Amino acid sequence: MNSVLKYSFYEMIRSRWLFIYTGFYLLVSVALIMLSGDSTKVLISLSNITLGITPMVGILFGTNYYYNSREFIQLLLCQPISRWKIFSAFYMGLAIALCLSIIVGIGLPLTFMGIFKSGNVSLFFILIAMACMLSIIFSLLAFLIAVKFDNKVKGLSIAVLLWLFFAIIYDGLVLLTLLVLKDYPLDKLTISLMLANPIDLARILILLKLDISAMMGYTGAVLSKFIGKSLGSLLIALSLLLWTLIPMGILRKILNSKDF
Amino acid sequence: MIEIKQLQKKYHKLVVLKGIDLDISGRGVIALLGPNGSGKTTLIKCILGMVLPSGGQIFFNGENIKGKNEYRNDIDYLPQIAQFPENLSAIEIIELMKSFKQGETREKALIQLFGLERELEKKMMNLSGGNRQKINLVIALMHDSPVIILDEPSTGLDPLSITRLKSFLRNESNRGKLILLTTHIMSLAEGMAEKVIFLLDGRIRFNGMMTELLDMQGGQDLESSIAQLLDNETV
Repeated sequence: MNSVLKYSFYEMIRSRWLFIYTGFYLLVSVALIMLSGDSTKVLISLSNITLGITPMVGILFGTNYYYNSREFIQLLLCQPISRWKIFSAFYMGLAIALCLSIIVGIGLPLTFMGIFKSGNVSLFFILIAMACMLSIIFSLLAFLIAVKFDNKVKGLSIAVLLWLFFAIIYDGLVLLTLLVLKDYPLDKLTISLMLANPIDLARILILLKLDISAMMGYTGAVLSKFIGKSLGSLLIALSLLLWTLIPMGILRKILNSKDF
Repeated sequence: MIEIKQLQKKYHKLVVLKGIDLDISGRGVIALLGPNGSGKTTLIKCILGMVLPSGGQIFFNGENIKGKNEYRNDIDYLPQIAQFPENLSAIEIIELMKSFKQGETREKALIQLFGLERELEKKMMNLSGGNRQKINLVIALMHDSPVIILDEPSTGLDPLSITRLKSFLRNESNRGKLILLTTHIMSLAEGMAEKVIFLLDGRIRFNGMMTELLDMQGGQDLESSIAQLLDNETV
């Protein structure tokens, strides 16, 4: 398993798309630092960008990576090693490479900016952690889609739709639901709806740390008011963990019954 | 060595394998033949555990292979389509594939046999189709396993490499290995195999010695014998 992970990682870090992705974050981070010397402003801008970009890149990169490696994965499946070990090693190679891009692309410029001397160190780490978590979750969802659907066009279309749903459509649907049900107590419903979207979870965890209630949105404000910041953060972290464990369980089940 | 009992495979309504009973044992080269869509690749994938049977059982050295991986230690496999990670070098791919099985490997001899010494450091994306197939052969044959399954091994190879491959496989057969070969090139099958399994429409239509098939059909060579067999089946 370790050798598959090692070579999957090598394959990823030599990909030009990963260079472009890392370069994009480097460029954006440097530009934001140059435009505004205030670390809080830079981190807020970066969080808005990463919350939009990382899920999209994770899901598109993941589906493409699987479809391009499909024949090689089939060759690996003929070796005396379980399907789960092969897939988890392949997936980890991809996820680690994506996280490394974020750490280098955002972490390096901010380190040179002197983020460790500012009062925003914990916010910086939460931003990096959330961007990495979203990469991990969405590349896992990508693998799930690609393993389930053998047709590449169908798989990629579903991946794009899923990203659109979580990034844009979901919030609209939540707002619509809350508007329709405005005469009822909605706190529990709001929190439940928030837990069902990993992008929302990451956004609220960052904003809880920032303590900017105006930017927190309705769900964040409800969470902060009713559960409290510490318990709320813990609940979000646990939910994000579930967002990795549940798709992993589903992927394992699909793998056990799939023909390659 | 490989015992197959009432093997069936369905993809929704399409039945690809319709109750295959087969005993593949001993040594030598066995040609698994049949027209496109006859079920050859599905049968091989079932033996390798890549495709899960809808019914029936497969035993390897007396043990049911269902849910097991270890038996693949004793099988070397060459797939029909060889696609490798584009950004890895040939030597990296060989090292990766080497790591799955224990025991001595003989990749150096195979690299020399196919003249790949200068290609090893190149990334897979920079190799020609023929050289990729040679790398595929090195990977498939380097472990010295008792069973070798080859799916269209001559695809993309130059005549010299085909000659070398044939000679290598003959030598392996003489060393007591069991080689299961699928090919559409009848001259390759005729020149290599002692036994023939002929699949048609998911069923075994012939399973016996090559000479028996040739005598039975009264054909001059394997190609005309297979053509006659197909004619008889479709009439």
